[in-house]
Amino acid sequence: MTTLDERLSAARAGGRRALVPYLMAGARPDWTRLLEAAVAGGADALEVGLPFSDPMMDGPVIQEAGLAALAAGTTLDSVCAELGALDLGVPLVAMTYCNVVYHYGLERAAGRLREAGVLGTILPDLALEEIDSWAAVCDAGDLATVLMVAPSTPPERVARVAARSRGFVYAAARMAVTGAADGLGDGVAVVERIRAVSPVPAYLGIGIASPEQARAAATAADGAIVGSALVRRVLDGASPEQVETFVRGLREAIDAP
Amino acid sequence: MSVMGAPDGRGRFGEFGGRFVPEALVPACLELESAFTEAWADPAFVAEFHQTLRLFGGRPTPVTPLARLSERLGLRVYAKREDLAHTGSHKINNVVGQALLTRRMGKGRVIAETGAGQHGVATATAAARLGLDCTVFMGEVDTRRQELNVFRMELLGAKVVPVTTGSRTLKDAVNEALREWVTCVADTHYCLGSVMGPHPFPWMVREFQRVIGDEARAQLEDLGVGVPDVVVACVGGGSNAAGVFAGFADTRARLVGVEAAGGSAIGHGAPGILHGMRSMLLQDEFGQIEEAQSISAGLDYPGIGPEHAHLAASGRAQYVEISDDEVLDGLTLLSETEGIIPALETAHAVAWVAGAAGNELAPGATVLLNLSGRGDKDVAQVRALMRGGG
Ligand SMILES: Cc1ncc(COP(=O)(O)O)c(C=O)c1O
Repeated sequence: MTTLDERLSAARAGGRRALVPYLMAGARPDWTRLLEAAVAGGADALEVGLPFSDPMMDGPVIQEAGLAALAAGTTLDSVCAELGALDLGVPLVAMTYCNVVYHYGLERAAGRLREAGVLGTILPDLALEEIDSWAAVCDAGDLATVLMVAPSTPPERVARVAARSRGFVYAAARMAVTGAADGLGDGVAVVERIRAVSPVPAYLGIGIASPEQARAAATAADGAIVGSALVRRVLDGASPEQVETFVRGLREAIDAP
Repeated sequence: MSVMGAPDGRGRFGEFGGRFVPEALVPACLELESAFTEAWADPAFVAEFHQTLRLFGGRPTPVTPLARLSERLGLRVYAKREDLAHTGSHKINNVVGQALLTRRMGKGRVIAETGAGQHGVATATAAARLGLDCTVFMGEVDTRRQELNVFRMELLGAKVVPVTTGSRTLKDAVNEALREWVTCVADTHYCLGSVMGPHPFPWMVREFQRVIGDEARAQLEDLGVGVPDVVVACVGGGSNAAGVFAGFADTRARLVGVEAAGGSAIGHGAPGILHGMRSMLLQDEFGQIEEAQSISAGLDYPGIGPEHAHLAASGRAQYVEISDDEVLDGLTLLSETEGIIPALETAHAVAWVAGAAGNELAPGATVLLNLSGRGDKDVAQVRALMRGGG
């Protein structure tokens, strides 16, 4: 199996701008069908949320999805079991919080995720200073550790974060938690700061909700991450077909000449 | 690291502590760390801190020999009277420190979380005193349970935001304050209410609270008691306990932290990561954080400050628990024997001393009880509990 770096760099070399939708595992019983729908709609990779009781980097929409998933009994094991049975054809990146993987055991968690076909992880509460033990385990297990650069990250630190990030750098478009917003915020400047120091692909997320924003984000950066806008639809009962249509709308906007 | 010295460079107390926050908040934590380090080494800042506590905060608070309680229990009990500090508890020490630091950092606004409202009221008080804008996040459940404190904060000019996510109590108020902080770090300081959160908060809050222990040490010396056999304090996040322990960490005094049975992170928790820190936490087998359950809102927290987790692991301090049933007895005992109605939080410490007298505490042992707060805020609840038969 290839690594996240290889998969995403190959896409970039082909000139393709990436679309990375986010979905919360277990938020609905048919959540794996929603992943398939997002891929059918044109996703290049998927971010899969593993629910945590206290998601400090998430706004109300993803919080709600996480609570629904927890109420349905979703666990790291249950998610991995279901993911392992899928063949999505795009890289999966798990997004959760430190305590979920630390409690499971770092090596065990990395192994279990990789076995289920997950190629990378984002732990938003694991900043550079604390990452060593998790990064060592992930490096050994070919699991990418995706780090974030925020608008508040000073330039000298951007270089260190980018150097430690694997697969791509998550460029946060604004000083905010997840949730739909307008425009690109500080996204362009954040991407420029990353580009100035690192060749690693940068995907822009946080508040990217509409096809127009996705296009702008994927143009400014190497890709766009769309979370709350999609999860809102899922919570409101969108069918897999509707999820596919929404994602296709993002795809077409990004690919339009 | 000496016992209760500064944490290491990563903010660790042994294996606990650290800084587990989103990247967006890291620069603010670094800024705060250097601002506090500089301020705490600056005699002018330290003098202003102590002067504000003296002229505004009601310090020094006395140490009161509790003669009738001592006789009843066969011990020699002394109380450090944080209940007499402005706003009725030790919380004022921390907020005065952080508010002065906020101004020194050139920020004009503070945000805070609160459970029962004690820290929220204290923060609103210090903010009013220093002319800072103040927003307090409070779980919606707690805003209903503690309506009067909401009004107090509003009287003091603060804005109270009810938190409607998660369990709608203290832990969610912390989450929401952290989320808000992400959006406004440039001009806003997060005035955290206990020795918890990401580095440097656990260390900084303990340093602002150590005035309790430092004063008490000198006062017991003056009373001819010297170093007591035992120092006891209740523990929610652990700020009043850390403050009083800090004055005695280098002595042979036994240090005892009293947790609420339903919020006993040391007694029933496991190591984990929450609210920016690695500490002992109540959590399920999947690492999902559980809610604490306590008669006292101030101890209703599923975690504990990381330094306490370390003091427990190293054996320097001991942590015990008191059930809701024992708390009312502690409250009435102190009220009737000494004319001091303690806060429900504080009553946990009283109850432990009463229960330990004659067994864990040898007859005649000297005990310093940290009286973290007064019970005025709780009398309506206590009356309801007593009338309802508990
Ligand atoms: C009177 C009193 N004591 C104790 C506490 C618990 O906090 P800590 O453990 O940080 O001292 C509170 C919190 O609200 C309080 O009001």
